[in-house]
Amino acid sequence: MNKLELSSFYQLTSVRFKLFVREPEAIFWIFIFPILLAVGLGIAFRNRPADVLPVGGTTAQLTQALAADKGLTAKTLDEAEGTHELATGQILLLAIQRADGVAYKYDDTNPDARTARLLADRAVQTAAGRKDAVLAGNELVHEAGARYIDFAVPGLLGLNLMGSAMWGLGFAIVDERKKKLLKRLVASPMPKSEYLGSFLVSRLVMLIIEVAFFLGFAKIAFGVPFRGSLWQLSLLCLMTSMAFSALGLLTASRAKTTEAVSGLMNLVMLPMWILSGVFFSASRFPAVIQPVVRALPLTAAIEAMRGNMLQGTGIQSMMPQMLILVAWFVVPFAVSLRIFRWR
Amino acid sequence: MAEAKLGHGEQRSSGATGAALLIRGLRKAFADVVAVDGLDLEVARGECFGLLGPNGAGKTTTIEICEGLTSPDSGTVEVLSLNWQSGAKELRQRIGIQLQETQFPDKLTVEETLKMFRSFFNRGISVEESIRTAELEEKRKSRVVGLSGGQKQRLAMATALVGDPELLFLDEPTTGLDPQARRHLWDLVDELKQAGRTIILTTHYMDEAERLCDRVAIMDHGRVIALGTPQELIGSIGGEDIVEFAVTDSHVPEGEGPFGELRAGSGAPKIHVDVAALMAIEGVQSHRVDAGLHQLSVSELHLAVPRIFAVLKEQGLHLSEFRTHSATLEDVFVRLTGRNLRDE
Repeated sequence: MNKLELSSFYQLTSVRFKLFVREPEAIFWIFIFPILLAVGLGIAFRNRPADVLPVGGTTAQLTQALAADKGLTAKTLDEAEGTHELATGQILLLAIQRADGVAYKYDDTNPDARTARLLADRAVQTAAGRKDAVLAGNELVHEAGARYIDFAVPGLLGLNLMGSAMWGLGFAIVDERKKKLLKRLVASPMPKSEYLGSFLVSRLVMLIIEVAFFLGFAKIAFGVPFRGSLWQLSLLCLMTSMAFSALGLLTASRAKTTEAVSGLMNLVMLPMWILSGVFFSASRFPAVIQPVVRALPLTAAIEAMRGNMLQGTGIQSMMPQMLILVAWFVVPFAVSLRIFRWR
Repeated sequence: MAEAKLGHGEQRSSGATGAALLIRGLRKAFADVVAVDGLDLEVARGECFGLLGPNGAGKTTTIEICEGLTSPDSGTVEVLSLNWQSGAKELRQRIGIQLQETQFPDKLTVEETLKMFRSFFNRGISVEESIRTAELEEKRKSRVVGLSGGQKQRLAMATALVGDPELLFLDEPTTGLDPQARRHLWDLVDELKQAGRTIILTTHYMDEAERLCDRVAIMDHGRVIALGTPQELIGSIGGEDIVEFAVTDSHVPEGEGPFGELRAGSGAPKIHVDVAALMAIEGVQSHRVDAGLHQLSVSELHLAVPRIFAVLKEQGLHLSEFRTHSATLEDVFVRLTGRNLRDE
């Protein structure tokens, strides 16, 4: 063994990497799962071009007038047929030729039907020879940054950092306690701080790979914007990961079985899945619970990362979130060092 | 006996080298269970010392206190003339430990596991040497998950040896192993003994203690109930051989007769045997009966056996079983705890 191999810190850290790499499930959850989630959300919530709305007319002349609008497809139906198709949702609107003009039959509580009403009337009036009083043209924008996927990516990043840090530390430590390996290790001259240190260092390296992989994918596949400083974003990721590592350590500091620690970690993480604004804005929750929601580490992390990526906000204006993350690192870490059980 | 050894130990521990282990007045209770109840022990350097006793006798608690993993309620422990309060850091470097039930990470190889443990020690033997000593050369690159029970146990021994320890603690090193793996491990312990290492081991196998240990302390209910070399302990029951026999009344065929319903599980009927006549035989030291099986401890077996036959014949008894074996620590333990249990 060379000098490096004789270093206990090197050995402990390299063992952490080996054990991680040799666990295919862990690789799936940390690298593949967030990407699958992002792809799923990206597809489900993509902004589609406006749909062509199906309508009906009671005379061939009406149908022709309606079909002239790009936003509508029209077919000729008599009133009874048309009413039936309206009721079964096959068309959104039926234009009926009356002696004194045209009547539109539609459901005014359906937004698509309301749109169809506007388009149909415009088409009918235009066919009858109406001239626009003001000349109007369109300039279309499809701005990256305002889409749902842009909102979701920082949320998923926070979620991923939480999961990988908590599972990475908590589960591994409790597993080694259950196998009495922790007891065997403290029976040797191993420096205890190096054991915990090896977890933090391996987490750090894993973090770099994991974040680069996920954000790289989000950039290439969805063109998600990065408007803030990348260094500051990296710092936010680091602080998030350290806060959740400390929480993972805390949940693992006493638990004797992996079942117990899994339950405990779900108890910690599940409320944040819902409350912390991963998939929708945390501001939707009532004002009474907002102080609690804001104080959660995942809320702070996601707010700060959204600020950085979507608005380009600098960290100097995100001090409250940074302080929350620091507090969530310091307090759980200090407590777990006090209560940690090696056996 | 323990007290006598203690006096001796006090004188020796003041010497330059000192005892490898010196325990005085050790007590430890968990909740309301007293695991160790006033223990005094001394182990000399170079000795292979065994703590022998049934499960729950307090062996593991005792050895874990000696290893600095559990703190005692009262009493003092000196290991290599150091104590755990002030010398823990040095002690960890100088002792080797094998614990019960350690599971090393499944997905590390033998070599990787040993490299990790080697890195914790300032000095020690090379990883190659520890692999060679534990005879794991063929498994060097195998992951722990693929090792047999015996190989896992030898790996545990190797992790205890990489630091080239002066004192080695082995807690039930062969529990759960098949007979072949046990013998393999015994050979390994033998080699370590030959190399002059001090070894303290716990076991509930009497044959293991007899085979490996220079001296043995028999523990029961947290106390040492006997201490000495295996030969001394076996000698203390008063005979070198054990005669075991079961009898039937020669006039009554098996399975019938007035005592038929009282037959014991072993197939031996409960028939009155004149114990006084047996005890009167020269060389018979003691008698006990367990589930219809009579046990005599006997010296000068060749002279005693014909006389035992004669006495039983005179009483009109027919032998249904008869065997002899050399007395073992098992017999010592049965004698000692058997009496204790009856006294309680």
